[in-house]
Amino acid sequence: MIKVDNLTKYYGPTLAVDSVSFEVQKGEVVGFLGPNAAGKTTTMRVITCYLKPTAGTVDVAGYDIHENPLEVRRRIGYLPENNPLYPEMNVVDYLSYIAELRQIPGAHRMKRIKEIIGITALGDVLHKDIGELSKGYKQRVGLAQAMVHDPEILIFDEPTSGLDPNQIIEIRQLIKEIGREKTIILSTHILPEVSATCSRVLIINDSRLIASGTTDELIKRAQGTEVLQVCVKGPEEEVFKALRAVEFVGEFRKIGGEPADEGTWLSLEIQSQGGDIREKIFKLVVEKNWSLRELKLEKMSLEQVFAKLTTA
Amino acid sequence: MKNVITIARKEFKAYFDSPIAYIFITAFLLLVNFLYLWAFFVVGQADIGSFFGVMPFIFMFLVPSITMRLWAEERKMGTLEVLLTLPIQGKEVVLGKFLASFLFLLVMLALTFNVPLLVGALGDPDWGMVICGYLGCLLLGASYLAIGLFASALSENQIVAFILAIAISAAMLIVGEWFFLMLVPDIFVPVFNYLGLGTHFESLGRGVVDTRDIIYYLSVIGVFIYLNINTVENRTWV
Repeated sequence: MIKVDNLTKYYGPTLAVDSVSFEVQKGEVVGFLGPNAAGKTTTMRVITCYLKPTAGTVDVAGYDIHENPLEVRRRIGYLPENNPLYPEMNVVDYLSYIAELRQIPGAHRMKRIKEIIGITALGDVLHKDIGELSKGYKQRVGLAQAMVHDPEILIFDEPTSGLDPNQIIEIRQLIKEIGREKTIILSTHILPEVSATCSRVLIINDSRLIASGTTDELIKRAQGTEVLQVCVKGPEEEVFKALRAVEFVGEFRKIGGEPADEGTWLSLEIQSQGGDIREKIFKLVVEKNWSLRELKLEKMSLEQVFAKLTTA
Repeated sequence: MKNVITIARKEFKAYFDSPIAYIFITAFLLLVNFLYLWAFFVVGQADIGSFFGVMPFIFMFLVPSITMRLWAEERKMGTLEVLLTLPIQGKEVVLGKFLASFLFLLVMLALTFNVPLLVGALGDPDWGMVICGYLGCLLLGASYLAIGLFASALSENQIVAFILAIAISAAMLIVGEWFFLMLVPDIFVPVFNYLGLGTHFESLGRGVVDTRDIIYYLSVIGVFIYLNINTVENRTWV
């Protein structure tokens, strides 16, 4: 559906996007993840034909942004960062204006606006001026404007920025529902948002695409090995010696020791080279008659993946 | 073409959403009426020419204040990012904004019609001059509008847009005025005289519709609209 090919964009001497290439298939909900100033917004601005790239091209639904920008724009609904709106217009007038410029034929227009007002729950504020609305409602107006012409592709730049936690949940829910039928690209630097709404993630840092895949794939890739948190009570030297002998146990280290009645609770972090070795550890503990109070498979969080990839 | 009208309609309405439009119209009408009428009964002549004579100078300050928000505000608020990602062309937006500001000017000028009516009630003015005078105002005004609109696209800041518009308008006006022509070597005088915004206005003000004057104004409008479209479509600013 969307094919970005070696996209490069300079703002004067500053490199904002460096040879970024990726594809988005129809129906996918893809998350652009990256720190501020990574190049996410610039990439979106090129895809929506707001900016011209310095080099490279983008193909949207078969249309090239250089040759057919109008066709590209017709198929995209865009919610820019900071959700720019006209404060002096009222909600219905604004949506009507956008609908008209979107070439929605007159007869159909009012009907479509009513539909979109229903979807974005704007019914209560229809006749208010946009300037009077709360941030949450403004965001919904922005979404309504992006969706009014029922585009196949939606591009949302930080759609939940500045919203309170309740509003964030509502917008995410909305995006999830829309995502069932549409192709969506959304950008964010809030990691849980990505896991909550996206089927695939593109991590952009410092103008380059540094990782791409599903959340699980990325975690696996970044983590490399499985890590166990184990807390066992037994003589330290013996424990260490026995662990080394276990199959698939890789590096391990002691991260804490807590004196107890008959010995010390050893908190250990064990890296596995062969998947889930919890059962092996358990059997070892039973065999040696130690005590066990924690046996946990640590999954690297997306935050850690992100930090790892973007601070290298 | 449809999009031009849609945009023009929205922009025209936007003028009247803010109190500024009403303040400007009132100020303009007061100024124009005062300037003409304070000597009117003393002079005692149904001379409509002096009514139009002040327009180039009034417009030079008034028109930039009408156009200054048209692009600068959109740039500042970021709404261009929505407008220019719609399936419409940059030139449609330029023309739409121009049309809206022209209609606003038309309204303002129409409201000054009380003056010729007054003169007509008291005396016998040259109605041909009245018509030509208003035509000149429209053409001259539209030229200032094109200049002001272009200037507005050059900055995020409305005040800067305002000042730039005045600067360009002033330059184009002064170029044809006698105090500038005095300083120019003789061979260039007709050239600069032709380029001056005021020159053609005066000739129209005499009641003669000369195609040279009309072509001049349409060219000025054309040039600045073209520059405007260029500034928007080939922008380096976001």
